[in-house]
Amino acid sequence: MLIVVLLGLIVSLLLAAFGRHIRPGWWIFLAAAPLALSAWFVGQLPAVAGGETLLENTRWVPSLGLDLSFRLDGLSLLFGLLITVIGTLIFVYASSYLKGHPYIGRFYGYLSLFMASMLGVVLSDNLLLLFVFWELTSLSSFFLIGFNNDQADSRKSALTALCLTGLGGFFLLVGLVLMGRIAGTYSIQELIASAGLIKDHPSYPVIIALIFIGAFTKSAQFPFHFWLPDAMKAPTPVSAYLHSATMVKAGVFLLLRFTPLLGGTPGWSYTLLLVGGFTMMYAGGHALFRTDLKSVLAYSTIAVLGVLTFLIGLGTREALIAACTFVIVHALYKATLFLTTGIIDHETGTRDLTQLSGLRTVLMPVFIAGLLAALSSAGVPLFFGFIGKDLIYEATLHAGEEFRLYLTVAAVFANICLVAAGFMAGIKPFTGRLVPQFKQVHLPEWSMWIPPLVLALLCLVFGLFPGSIGKLIVSPSLAAVSVAGEPVHLKIWHGFNPVLLLSGATLAAGTVLYLLNSASANKMAFVGRFEVVSPQSLFNRGWRQLMRFSSLYTGILHNGFLRSYLVRIIIFAELLLAFELFKAGPLSVDFDSLAPITIYEAMNVLLLVGALFLVVKASSRLTAVVGMSVVGFAICLMFVFYGAPDLAMTQFTIDTLTVVLFAFVLFNLPPFLKFPTRNKAIITRDAVVALVFGGILSMIAIKVLQVPTSKEVSKFYGENAYLLAKGKNVVNVILVDFRGFDTMFEIVVLGIAALGVYSLIKLRLKPSERE
Amino acid sequence: MTANIIIATVLVHLFTALLQLTFWRKTITQRVLSVAGSLTGFAFALGLFERVRTGPILTMNAANWEAPFGIVFVADQLSVTFVLLTAIVALAVSIFSATGVGRARMLYGYFPIFHFLIMGLNGAFLTGDIFNLYVWFEVIIISSFVLLTLGGRKAQLEGAVKYMALNILASTFFLTGIGILYGITGSLNMADLSQKIQWVENQAIINLTAMFFLIGFGIKAALFPLYFWLPSSYHTPPSAVAAVFGGLLTKVGIYGFFRVFTLIFVPDDFIKAVLMGIAVMTILTGAFGAIIKDNIRRIFSYLIVCHLGFVIGGLALFTKIAFIGAVFYLIHDIMVKTNLFLMAGLIRHLRGTMNMSKLGGLYAQYPKLSLLMAVVLFSLAGIPPLSGFWPKVYLFDGGYQGNDYLYIGGIIIGSFITLYLVARIWSEVFWKRAATDDFVVDRFKSLQWHRKTLLVLPICLLACSSLFIGLNAEYIIQIADKIAGEMADPSPYIEAVLGK
Repeated sequence: MLIVVLLGLIVSLLLAAFGRHIRPGWWIFLAAAPLALSAWFVGQLPAVAGGETLLENTRWVPSLGLDLSFRLDGLSLLFGLLITVIGTLIFVYASSYLKGHPYIGRFYGYLSLFMASMLGVVLSDNLLLLFVFWELTSLSSFFLIGFNNDQADSRKSALTALCLTGLGGFFLLVGLVLMGRIAGTYSIQELIASAGLIKDHPSYPVIIALIFIGAFTKSAQFPFHFWLPDAMKAPTPVSAYLHSATMVKAGVFLLLRFTPLLGGTPGWSYTLLLVGGFTMMYAGGHALFRTDLKSVLAYSTIAVLGVLTFLIGLGTREALIAACTFVIVHALYKATLFLTTGIIDHETGTRDLTQLSGLRTVLMPVFIAGLLAALSSAGVPLFFGFIGKDLIYEATLHAGEEFRLYLTVAAVFANICLVAAGFMAGIKPFTGRLVPQFKQVHLPEWSMWIPPLVLALLCLVFGLFPGSIGKLIVSPSLAAVSVAGEPVHLKIWHGFNPVLLLSGATLAAGTVLYLLNSASANKMAFVGRFEVVSPQSLFNRGWRQLMRFSSLYTGILHNGFLRSYLVRIIIFAELLLAFELFKAGPLSVDFDSLAPITIYEAMNVLLLVGALFLVVKASSRLTAVVGMSVVGFAICLMFVFYGAPDLAMTQFTIDTLTVVLFAFVLFNLPPFLKFPTRNKAIITRDAVVALVFGGILSMIAIKVLQVPTSKEVSKFYGENAYLLAKGKNVVNVILVDFRGFDTMFEIVVLGIAALGVYSLIKLRLKPSERE
Repeated sequence: MTANIIIATVLVHLFTALLQLTFWRKTITQRVLSVAGSLTGFAFALGLFERVRTGPILTMNAANWEAPFGIVFVADQLSVTFVLLTAIVALAVSIFSATGVGRARMLYGYFPIFHFLIMGLNGAFLTGDIFNLYVWFEVIIISSFVLLTLGGRKAQLEGAVKYMALNILASTFFLTGIGILYGITGSLNMADLSQKIQWVENQAIINLTAMFFLIGFGIKAALFPLYFWLPSSYHTPPSAVAAVFGGLLTKVGIYGFFRVFTLIFVPDDFIKAVLMGIAVMTILTGAFGAIIKDNIRRIFSYLIVCHLGFVIGGLALFTKIAFIGAVFYLIHDIMVKTNLFLMAGLIRHLRGTMNMSKLGGLYAQYPKLSLLMAVVLFSLAGIPPLSGFWPKVYLFDGGYQGNDYLYIGGIIIGSFITLYLVARIWSEVFWKRAATDDFVVDRFKSLQWHRKTLLVLPICLLACSSLFIGLNAEYIIQIADKIAGEMADPSPYIEAVLGK
């Protein structure tokens, strides 16, 4: 199975390496890859239908509990078939849709990468592995939405889609890690086996919330749905494949996959019912107001995703049967409609419903495909859509007593909208009078119109033989999702019952709605007025606020003034040190233990403080330097008082030299810069900050003095300087022997500084050398 | 076990630098020496890494004075991992510099100072003596300061002054802390300190001392609210220099945290809380700063700040799981951040600017290079299975175990903004058509073949390292796990140094 997943990736890498050498007519042969995969999946059908599951495990990152473990059960088979069968047709279709496009190689590269990742998602038996592929689908979707990278719209849509799904992805990852932590495993099968562990855990609500955010962003549920209509900027084959048939169903897949693990609780059911229910009605309604064919399809896709979420929330056996069936139903008819739309767009140059009409005369096979798909979408008997719709109503009608009515009404409403939307997309452009401007329109190459026709025929074939689909695909999927029960029997005819009545009513109402609702720009404008409160504009507004806040925040913090940085750092240090000092208890100084203060010391300190004051108040550099030199000398005197005359000697020499050098340099500099902004308040603040800091440090110094010191190391130096190191002066021995490394590299520091000074003075870059 | 081989990497770069000084103004010889030196350094680093990975902790007593009396060098897994990463970065930047740095800078000692910097980094990672660590910090500061000012443009100097002032402040805090520690314990050897500190009666003093190190390292690691020098200076020097800085300079501060706050000071609840607060604020501050910038190098600078928050948060959680995440993140980060700055340099060669609003069209013109850079960018964003993804699993896990949802939220925001920025850079720099062709100064196209290679090869090398980290995560996790073990229990380190 590893090779099944990796095949697309290999194709993609090969394309990256050798894509240039492929001749224009050869692209269609890439469809061999998904074709072979779909053949493999078809080959597994009997075994899986017989209750077997295929397992495969390769070690990858065992420390993390992440193995390349794949598992083929009914649910993954259902999705695997969708991915590969529709993938094959898309690969064929795209070869002529993008004929002659300079970047067709990249396109197939991304498409193959996507196929591989999507297969990875549905086949993974490990939470983290699933997540790896999950993110890769987002990434390939990003590249495909932005495929027309010259257009600002495409780029922006790609960005929005990646950010939203990516954000959801991060939440999902946290959820998965939590699950893994609680159960001690990332293996989905092992998790399901210990499902109770997670459901009873106090973190359960957090986990499902995180999983929901991941699934809802991916499957475009309200209020995260808006990336999907935007994503229609992608080339149409991409919209058909990723943003309708497969990738957006990843969220639904995840919810189905986790149903046995997390499902069945009120939190799970109510959230999904509410979000799914609202999404399907909201998006269903929205679809009717659109004039762009792809927008109609995008919103109706969102509505369908809402229906699926809603069904999973319902969670009964009937609801899950309906969900599994409806996934197939929708993939078939919606991919068809997208592909016919793509042909229309490709041949006429427009997707505007107000302009398109009468194309049946010039695009007959396309019309047939569109018509079949629309009928399936409407749930006309004998089509697969009819069975899907029946199952949905059956599920809502058999729900709990108290909700039955609401759920059914919601489902009927959404379905009526879907019927009308399907007709708008599949029938509207073909009916009516042929506008003169479209007279020249002709049928594209076979490789473009055969794929939708194949899919459309499948809608009919599946509808005619629902029994075998039920047995081969839906039944095993159900076994993977919920407790095994008796096999599923999908039937064309259920007899006269309320379900049939509802189906009929939906069809009739939808048709009427379609006939009454003519697409017009006015209606678009009407919905446009509510745009200000749509999640998209709220999101955009929030984003702008975030940007504004970020600018403000960064501007205040990073204002360009060194002195304010210094003040902040010192204040932060004061806070921390003062707190620790406070915690360390009251400061009691035992003055008797300290040496008495002599008059020399007092004088010296006075000198030091006075000099510091001079430095701070100085109005010329020279005064400041002189002041600093006094400070330096005062410190040297301290060394003299405390028995380190040799240190003091060195220090005196260095200080004197520094002052002399400084004076030389400063002589040549322009006068001192005065800050006009130096006002009293700032000076006071700085003074307070400085004094407090000095105070804190002094208190710390006194505290430290009271701690008894271990003399082990200094005693060793004193005893062994002569005996072992053969040196009479301990300080010298420390410097050149005991701690010779320090000295050596301090010398290096001086050397580097010298080099730096030299280059700073000498090196002047020509403009061409600047970077 | 003692082994003098430990400081080979320090000496290799020291001698490379000295040798180059004797070839003053011979820029071609210096270039060759630089690459040769970095290659040798890499070989030694790899050898040392393998030896420590499979064997015990190695030590070396400088001048043969036994610990705690002399200066000791210690090669444990944490040290040698940093040494190896430094060697990889040094090699990449050496190669890149051969073309990426102007001849004028080379004439004035670019290469020797670069090698002094690398030497300083190696020394800092290997020393087992806290005052010696300070000396290495001095080496690092002065050489990075010179590299920053080399060229002497106004913007460079302005950045460099802020850099210098704040880093000297950091050193002052650090040195004060060392002084107090010495006053309390009479020792400078870190292993020795680790033990002696426990014998001090007044533990409050110890926590007080820890604050000096927290602030000192905090400034160096560019954490909130101490990070100001980083965004002020990183966008000014040549890209090769910015790459070393972006990859390694702040990491020395992080290394300081890892070493000192696990070996010497074991954080109490207050310090952990402070570190966590700093971590979350650092993530947010970096993210908010990056999001509003137009210059890609400024974006990367702020992202450095943001991602250091991830790492410090891992330390603040102070569990083994979180340590693994933090260490893994660092390993990933050093490779990627260095590469980002090299990429910025390459983009400047291709287009003559680093501002997104003026950039564009790279994808159409240079598809292969774009693919290469995409790997780097998406590694940064942590798209699985690339390198940035793995540590997050551990950090999330650690955050959940520590019940720290604020930190988890911080990582999500930081990661989200990083993802947004990566996508935006991709969209603006690679996808978008360049606004006008007037801006485009493609110096790259006219370069000779071998010069082109010298620019692209290091990016390739680092991208391959990133890919290795991502795809062979198990290996890195093993290393990170070993390091986390050392951090959680320093007794083998102490035993190796003091022999008891």
